Amino acid sequence: MTAIRRTLSALSQYPSAVVGLAIIVAMVLFSIYIVIAIPYGEAVDLWRGGEGVWLENPRTAQPKWVNLFPGVNLPETIIMGPAGEADDDSVQKERKEVSEEMTDVITTFTFDYNADEFPQEISLFLTSEHEQKRPLVSLTWLTPDAREIRIADVTVEGPVTVRFSQEEKLQRRLDDVRPEIGLFADPDSDADDPRPLKGTYRLVAAGLVFEDDADVDARLVVYGQVYGLAGTDHLRRDLMLALMWGMPVALAFGLLAAVGTSVSTFIVAAIGVWFGGIADAVIQRITEVNLILPTLPILIMVGLFFSRSIWVMLGVLIALSVFSSGIKTSRAIFLQIKESPYFEAARAYGAGNFRIIFLYLIPRLIPTLVPGFVVAIPSFVFVEATLAVLNLGDPLLPTWGKVLSDARVNDALYQGNYYWVLEPAALLLVSGLGFAMVGFALDRVFNPRLRDL
Amino acid sequence: MTDAALPLQPDAASAERPRTQSTLTRVVHYTGLRMIAMFITIMIGVYLTILIANMGGHVDKIRRGYIREQVAISVGFNEEFKNMTSEERRAHIDKLVALQEKRMGLDQPFLLRSFSFLWGAMTLDLGWADNMSSDSGSRMVRNIILERLPATLLLFSTSFMLNFLVGIFVALYLSRNYGSRLDRAIVGLAPTSAAPSWFYGLFFILLFAALLGWFPFGGLVSAPPPDSIVNYALSVLNHMVLPVIAIFFSSIFLGIYGQRTFFLIFSHEDYVDMARAKGLSDRVVERRYIMRPTMPTIVTSLALSIIGLWFGSIVLETIFNWPGLGRLLYLASNIFETSVIVGSTVVYAYLLGITVFFLDIVYALIDPRVKVGGNQGGQA
Repeated sequence: MTAIRRTLSALSQYPSAVVGLAIIVAMVLFSIYIVIAIPYGEAVDLWRGGEGVWLENPRTAQPKWVNLFPGVNLPETIIMGPAGEADDDSVQKERKEVSEEMTDVITTFTFDYNADEFPQEISLFLTSEHEQKRPLVSLTWLTPDAREIRIADVTVEGPVTVRFSQEEKLQRRLDDVRPEIGLFADPDSDADDPRPLKGTYRLVAAGLVFEDDADVDARLVVYGQVYGLAGTDHLRRDLMLALMWGMPVALAFGLLAAVGTSVSTFIVAAIGVWFGGIADAVIQRITEVNLILPTLPILIMVGLFFSRSIWVMLGVLIALSVFSSGIKTSRAIFLQIKESPYFEAARAYGAGNFRIIFLYLIPRLIPTLVPGFVVAIPSFVFVEATLAVLNLGDPLLPTWGKVLSDARVNDALYQGNYYWVLEPAALLLVSGLGFAMVGFALDRVFNPRLRDL
Repeated sequence: MTDAALPLQPDAASAERPRTQSTLTRVVHYTGLRMIAMFITIMIGVYLTILIANMGGHVDKIRRGYIREQVAISVGFNEEFKNMTSEERRAHIDKLVALQEKRMGLDQPFLLRSFSFLWGAMTLDLGWADNMSSDSGSRMVRNIILERLPATLLLFSTSFMLNFLVGIFVALYLSRNYGSRLDRAIVGLAPTSAAPSWFYGLFFILLFAALLGWFPFGGLVSAPPPDSIVNYALSVLNHMVLPVIAIFFSSIFLGIYGQRTFFLIFSHEDYVDMARAKGLSDRVVERRYIMRPTMPTIVTSLALSIIGLWFGSIVLETIFNWPGLGRLLYLASNIFETSVIVGSTVVYAYLLGITVFFLDIVYALIDPRVKVGGNQGGQA
């Protein structure tokens, strides 16, 4: 305990180490929180759920905070209905009897539109309750300057989705302007560079039902261009989920890989030094062969031929790193302390080889292991991201690397969806820097030769 | 990539053994021994790669596919079989394939076969691709890979030389002015090397290609390729800037930090003080008394960093659409082209071996223990 306290107090003299430690502690706390708040199964279900789960999110929408930049005023998604869900009177539903057999169920959506850009798309989700005769819904759009545009007439059979952008007749009526633009465009603005007309819009869904207790319900979604704190991807998924869940995955992967490789390398080096002779020579030669084994291509092969599971990759990665060049560093230090008299004392009282290795040799050098171990963590986090960018990410889990990979595959940089790349990259960078800063400071604490440099 | 990138790498204790041979003989002797050792090492490395790849029987599949293609071609071209019905011809091909498989030893136990595939791999006889071909139309994996190799080598030799030269000069400068503001800035920046080159590549594409438009998003030359050689070279240079900067940026700060630390450690040795006391100029002290003993250690750490570079290259080339080996591996893995994947893995093992060997020679040339006649295994 005192050793840890002494290390911490030595670290506190390096401002970068303090910042790094703060980052690491925050990441660990957040990871614990997120794993409890969204359990593994739920996270996987949400991420792999397909468009059904995220139906009401816009595609590749930027995060909401871009509206904080001066001169940016992008529309948020407006979701309304069905009637009676919200407390205000933005959605109103009334029944009017037209004749003995017919009743008009009129749902009116009223909303304000104040953004400087057009929405991404507009969809109306219709559901009905009827026995035989299908209700007929006609949709009318009312603009702030009191123009009336007929959208479409739909017969409702089960759940029906009206995607305004796919209504060809509507598009023709709007002079071949895409409906999400045409419906919101200010008629006075330039036709080549239309601007949206701000004000209160209304959509009237008048459903004609032919049975007494038949009913029609409607839900309007005007997809915006911004969503949530992190935006969405091409499958409408909230990136926040992947960014949050990526943290425990990255931490676990980096930590396990670093522990696995550094501890195993350390033990192998200790065994080689202690037994010397053939064992040492064999370990040295294996290290030389291992040096030229192409780790990443082998990981790619394993991912393609066997399994993409992140834990299989982790195992292979550790196996390939046992005989890494770190052995040489550890070996040199082990050789120095092997001559200490207390090993002779241990042998004199009859301690076995492995007792000496694990109880006397290795514990003595754990401090030299720590900095390398901490510095190695971010490089393993990046290995995971590298695999994901090569389409070899875990098939189930949302990770930062997979977000980057999706962004790359969908040409995010080319199309200007910078947030998609920047968010996971920033998280990777911050977590990597956190560990690296602590590791470098630890190195100076434990290596007196470096302390003054 | 698995090594903690820390600057302290104590080199092996040397056992002084005075000899009277000329420097050249010793270097040649050392080089020869290293070459044999490296050849054996590469062979074992390639063999392990084959074992890993074949666990699912994929190498066998490649070889069977190769045989079938060969047989089908020879049957197709043979006039004698022109009159056969397709049924007969298929039966005949099957018979020939079985015969050929027996001749190639595919009915032998795996242990024996793995050695024959090792031979194929060592002689770069890597089989045929099913769905990929080189730009010249060949479907031999060797041609596909060799066609991509120059692009990779161009990119990596350039960035490696840049890293090496800039690293050494800046590190020397910093060790002279250590504690200065620039020195502290670079030490502070060293942790940025935790991220691989492709990661910075993304940022550079965003900044210089997408926002500023100074450089192209990726590729080797602009399309269509310019006619004159000068314009072609200029276009390639223009496309090279961003990937090279990305590699440079991802490794330079850690490199400088490590080298500067070595220089500082060695410049505090007693013999350096002695040389200064003798009144030698700073330049001479630096070159003869600091650089010389530091170089072997620096070369060793370079060997490790260059291996990291090779692997970073796979994604870097993918991100920049650079038509090299890394991107080939990525494309092959996307369409599951086994022979190309195994082939490029083998070539990567080769490249690593050659890199390590090359650095070993450099090491032999600069390590006084080899030059003056120390122990053979300089790079222990």
